[in-house]
Amino acid sequence: MGRLNWLVADVIDAVPETPRVKTIKLDVPDWEGHLPGQHVDVRLTAEDGYQAQRSYSIASEPNRNHVELTVERIDDGEVSPYLTEELRAGDQLELRGPVGGYFVWEPDRGGPLLLVAGGSGVVPLMAMLRHRAAAGSSVPATLLLSSRSWDDVIYRDELSRLNGSGLNVVHTLTRSQPDGWTGYARRVDEAMLRAVAPPPGEAPLVYVCGPTPFVEAVASALVALCHEPTSIRTERFGPTGG
Amino acid sequence: MDALKLDGNAAAGLLQEVFAVEVTAARGTCDNCGAVEAVGAVVVYAHAPGTVLRCPHCDAVLMRIVTDGARYWVDLRGVRSLELTST
Amino acid sequence: MPIVSRGFRGRRRDDAPSDRIPPGQYATNDFPVLSAGPTPRTPVAEWDFAVIGEVDKLHHWTWDEFRALPSETVTVDIHCVTKWTKLDTVWEGVSVDTLLEGVDTAAEYAAAFCDGGYTTNLPLEDLTGGKAWIAFAYDGEPLDPEHGGPARLLVPHLYFWKSAKWVRGLRLTSTNEPGFWESNGYHIYGDPWREQRYWGD
Repeated sequence: MGRLNWLVADVIDAVPETPRVKTIKLDVPDWEGHLPGQHVDVRLTAEDGYQAQRSYSIASEPNRNHVELTVERIDDGEVSPYLTEELRAGDQLELRGPVGGYFVWEPDRGGPLLLVAGGSGVVPLMAMLRHRAAAGSSVPATLLLSSRSWDDVIYRDELSRLNGSGLNVVHTLTRSQPDGWTGYARRVDEAMLRAVAPPPGEAPLVYVCGPTPFVEAVASALVALCHEPTSIRTERFGPTGG
Repeated sequence: MDALKLDGNAAAGLLQEVFAVEVTAARGTCDNCGAVEAVGAVVVYAHAPGTVLRCPHCDAVLMRIVTDGARYWVDLRGVRSLELTST
Repeated sequence: MPIVSRGFRGRRRDDAPSDRIPPGQYATNDFPVLSAGPTPRTPVAEWDFAVIGEVDKLHHWTWDEFRALPSETVTVDIHCVTKWTKLDTVWEGVSVDTLLEGVDTAAEYAAAFCDGGYTTNLPLEDLTGGKAWIAFAYDGEPLDPEHGGPARLLVPHLYFWKSAKWVRGLRLTSTNEPGFWESNGYHIYGDPWREQRYWGD
């Protein structure tokens, strides 16, 4: 560890995940690897020196030089429209990291694992699930993912392939559902968590990520269900200055 | 409900600039109410002229960090003790 | 050296007249909300304003008494130390001169105190002579709590951290006592035209 330095990454590719979300694949020279759940700080500088800085969770599982960030375009955001609409292969992106040591999970921490995500909050949790799969881990895991609609589910097909082998993926679609949908169709609440989560007696390791109101509602509901507060780790996404 | 309210993860990069080690996994004791939490779990207001970390139990200011890019001003009075584990 | 990000412009306005933008600032059409803590939500029935400290006696107004004072509408430019300038903002408030009329003091400084614990300090002469208001409306509407309502201090000639949100009073002092930001890196005075952002600037 030690002081973080700004690194210059090369953009290899920018791939749409959903209408609002893109994954940016980066080649980062001198990258020393990362833990699932960590993020990077990205810094953009305009020609006149104006700067903006934001944090993005690393979506990819640990790998020597290759880092993936999944970014949701925020309407009238300052940085996300640039990253999702302007940035392209061949560009460079300045970043530092990996950052964070609290909201991380590796298979040797054990489980069972309960991951609860609101929208793009799924990104750091996906890094955990990809690492779990790559490591061949048998730690039982549950992902409860709240999305606006089926078209907005990030990593939808990959999650459906990962489902099984100890991983249970549960979706809830809060705004619209496809015809014939029999799954959850409301915001995550205590009743849904009671049905989906491992019981408190199994002492799951819990990671909750998404917008602040989502995280707070879910964490409160889990505590009301008698999950141990110290077993619940949270990461709130929101506007950051820069 | 304040949507501006984030958690210690949002201050991780800044804290590592200041301390030269990863700090969000460290556990801090609030000098006001005595609660102990991982720095990653405290409340962060990053949308200010500086970054303010507050106790999630009593809202007291734990830390204030201001930087002009070259200098850092760090007020840690709100943290009675910070437990860092070397790995 | 930071690299330039091809095609990145950021959220600035291009059309602002440059003589109204202090050095190092960018013009915005937004009204960014900056906060160091949870937003207080004081009902006006519980609100009061006081002038205390080195004064002859405590001067005090309930919300109704405060709103019965003469007020004025002003259009001013505001400059945040985080580099945002917003031109032609419209406020309604009571001039601090009105509140200090009849206050007998030899103090040269004031410290504003607020719900939520925020404080800021400035020379009394920067609060008087038509330079400062206790503002209760912005853009024709009652001031929103996230922008400092029910009332905030408005001192547009200094960086906007001096325009303390959720203000509840002024404590007059004989020395200049650094407030929340001034005690941890921010300049004790804060003149945007001399770019006095941090200690030593």
